[in-house]
Amino acid sequence: MLTISLSQFLIVAAILFTLGVAGIVLNRRNIIIVFMSVELILLSVNINLVAFSAFLCDLTGQVFALFILTVAAAEAAIGLAILVCYYRNRGSIAIEDINMMKG
Amino acid sequence: MYAAIVFLPLLGFLIAGPFGWRIGARPSEIVTTSFLFVVALLSWIVFFQVALGTAPASVSVLGNWFTSGTLKVDWSLKIDSLTAVMLVVVTTVSSLVHLYSIGYMADDPSRPRFFGYLSLFTFAMLMLVTADNLVQLFFGWEGVGLASYLLIGFWYEKPSANAAAIKAFVVNRVGDFGFALGIFLVFVLTQSVSFDQIFAAAPGLAHKTIHIFGLDMDALTITCLLLFMGAMGKSAQFLLHTWLPDAMEGPTPVSALIHAATMVTAGVFMVARLSPLFEQAPAALTFVTIIGATTAFFAATIGLVQNDIKRVIAYSTCSQLGYMFVGLGVGGYSLGIFHLFTHAFFKALLFLGAGSVIIAMHHEQDMRNMGGLWRKIPFTFAMMTVGTLALTGFPFTAGYFSKDAIIEAAYASNRGGAYYGFLLTTVAAGLTSFYSWRLVFLTFFGTPRWAADGHGSGHDHAAQDDAAHDHEAHGHAALDHAAHGHEGHALDPHESPLPMLIPLGVLAAGALFAGLLFSNNFIGEGAGEFWKGALFLEPGNEALEAREAVPGFTKQLPTLLMVFGFFVAAIFYLLAPSIPTRFAQGLKPVYEFLLNKWYFDELYDLIFVRPAFWLGRLFWKGGDGAIIDRLGPDGVAARVVDVTGRVVKLQSGYIYHYAFAMLVGLAAVITWYVASGIR
Repeated sequence: MLTISLSQFLIVAAILFTLGVAGIVLNRRNIIIVFMSVELILLSVNINLVAFSAFLCDLTGQVFALFILTVAAAEAAIGLAILVCYYRNRGSIAIEDINMMKG
Repeated sequence: MYAAIVFLPLLGFLIAGPFGWRIGARPSEIVTTSFLFVVALLSWIVFFQVALGTAPASVSVLGNWFTSGTLKVDWSLKIDSLTAVMLVVVTTVSSLVHLYSIGYMADDPSRPRFFGYLSLFTFAMLMLVTADNLVQLFFGWEGVGLASYLLIGFWYEKPSANAAAIKAFVVNRVGDFGFALGIFLVFVLTQSVSFDQIFAAAPGLAHKTIHIFGLDMDALTITCLLLFMGAMGKSAQFLLHTWLPDAMEGPTPVSALIHAATMVTAGVFMVARLSPLFEQAPAALTFVTIIGATTAFFAATIGLVQNDIKRVIAYSTCSQLGYMFVGLGVGGYSLGIFHLFTHAFFKALLFLGAGSVIIAMHHEQDMRNMGGLWRKIPFTFAMMTVGTLALTGFPFTAGYFSKDAIIEAAYASNRGGAYYGFLLTTVAAGLTSFYSWRLVFLTFFGTPRWAADGHGSGHDHAAQDDAAHDHEAHGHAALDHAAHGHEGHALDPHESPLPMLIPLGVLAAGALFAGLLFSNNFIGEGAGEFWKGALFLEPGNEALEAREAVPGFTKQLPTLLMVFGFFVAAIFYLLAPSIPTRFAQGLKPVYEFLLNKWYFDELYDLIFVRPAFWLGRLFWKGGDGAIIDRLGPDGVAARVVDVTGRVVKLQSGYIYHYAFAMLVGLAAVITWYVASGIR
């Protein structure tokens, strides 16, 4: 049977993490993609936690992953709410237009 | 009593100056004027006690000013014959000028300030003449300079008055620079600034040399020349005279008090006070004679062609100061002081008379627009004539005794430069007579040039010089004396009010009789007991004795020249008024040369003023602007702005930039910890 080693889990998590970061940094169009990238980063971390938890037979990691999922959901809800507000006020959520903090 | 003489004017100033606006103009006038009359009375008492009587000369120390090492300076009042003479001159003229100013300045809105300044001046002048040491003398010296500056620029709305005030101040600084150096040198040589100690040390220093600029020079000659430089500035002598004619921008009473009778004679007083010192430096005395004689002649020539009534008298003052210095330079210190004494009366009289004329003419100062005034203002006319007689040396008036004595002493003296002094002062005596009578004839006789054509058309081609001045004068008249109505319309010369006429009368009495009454005491046989050692008098009194023995022709020469000048003036301005114009046409270069005051102002402008401006601009634009500011504050500020401009660009406002920066930072931190953790 094909066994999946810990390092393969970690590689997948690292790829996901890098994708998330790249999505944040390289993305130039839509703020929602930034959210999705943030979710990706969180999920990659969750994979790490769960993988370590399974391999070390320690449930704490999985419990922690559940917490992260909850927080991520809450964060997504708040973030989307902010976005909606922002869209109503400014009429755009394109990243190029969100530069009011420019010095 | 001595303290009261000196400090009552200060009290008057402290009342009228800071509080004049509160107590009002009239009380200010009354306070200052009555104080001055009290002071004048006390001064005459001192004069009779100390100079004419037998009261001893005294020095009363009021307190220590400062002590630094061996330099010890006291506030003190030195009262001897010389001081008594100066007290009388200063307080008499000052009190009369205060009284006169009540009339003259009647329309002026800031009279308390004016009277405060006058009293301040009197105080400073009294500090000067009662000084017992050079430093207190210098205090008074600068005090009168300050008061002079304030009073020349009294009508500060006039740009020309401000310019004249600044000019007077700056030119005096040049002289004071020398004076201060002289004081330092005196201290170096004698370790004291107190007169008694200086005079005690002076004979021992006679041939001492000091090493300056690689040369060994006679110490006392250098000292006296430097001190005399101060006197030249204050007394408007040749080369430093340019401020005095411009000082006529001030109100006329000021001209009478400061720029004729008292302050400008401070230089004469100083040289006379230091006569024991100057006596040890014959070369310096020769220089004094030459400068004095040159001034006497040169100012008289300029006086010949001036058209402003006050400027004629100003140049006359300059010239008479030259006479005083000739008197001092040939060793007759008492002659110089005697001329100072008599000159104060008749020159103050002439100035106050001119002020009366100016008021009568509604602030017209150009003599070409006067004429025929003697019917309109007979009293002023009579007083001006008395002053002119005294100035020109009409027999038995004041000038006859003092001025002719100087000329005779210059002839008799065998000191260096004395013959030069004799020649120039004799010629100047003739010139003096001419310009003085010219003033009288142009002002009081002839056709009334003010009645026919009103104002302004009297300016011919020669008016260019005074044009600017005239305009200023008119501008002022329109400003401050609107009550007189506009000039040129129904101009009716009127005699001045009583407060202005009383001083004229008193001064005229002085001008007539001062010489007759006091000549024996000042310069005659009674000189020894009169001065009581306050001045240096030679053993046997050479200069004064020899003067008695001069040949008869020399004795009569100044009088003859005076008569000659009178007749020439009479022919020129009474009998054939066309002659002066033809002279001016025929000798145009000479006329222009004199009218432009020997081009001294232009020369100084070229030599000093413009290079100073150029240098100032160089330092301002080049040194300060281009180097210090550009590299200093401005440069630093500009670099900061540059740097922040670049830093600001980092704040792009794009979230992904911030995220990227966070990521890079985080990666760097982790790398750092991991890398250091490995080690």
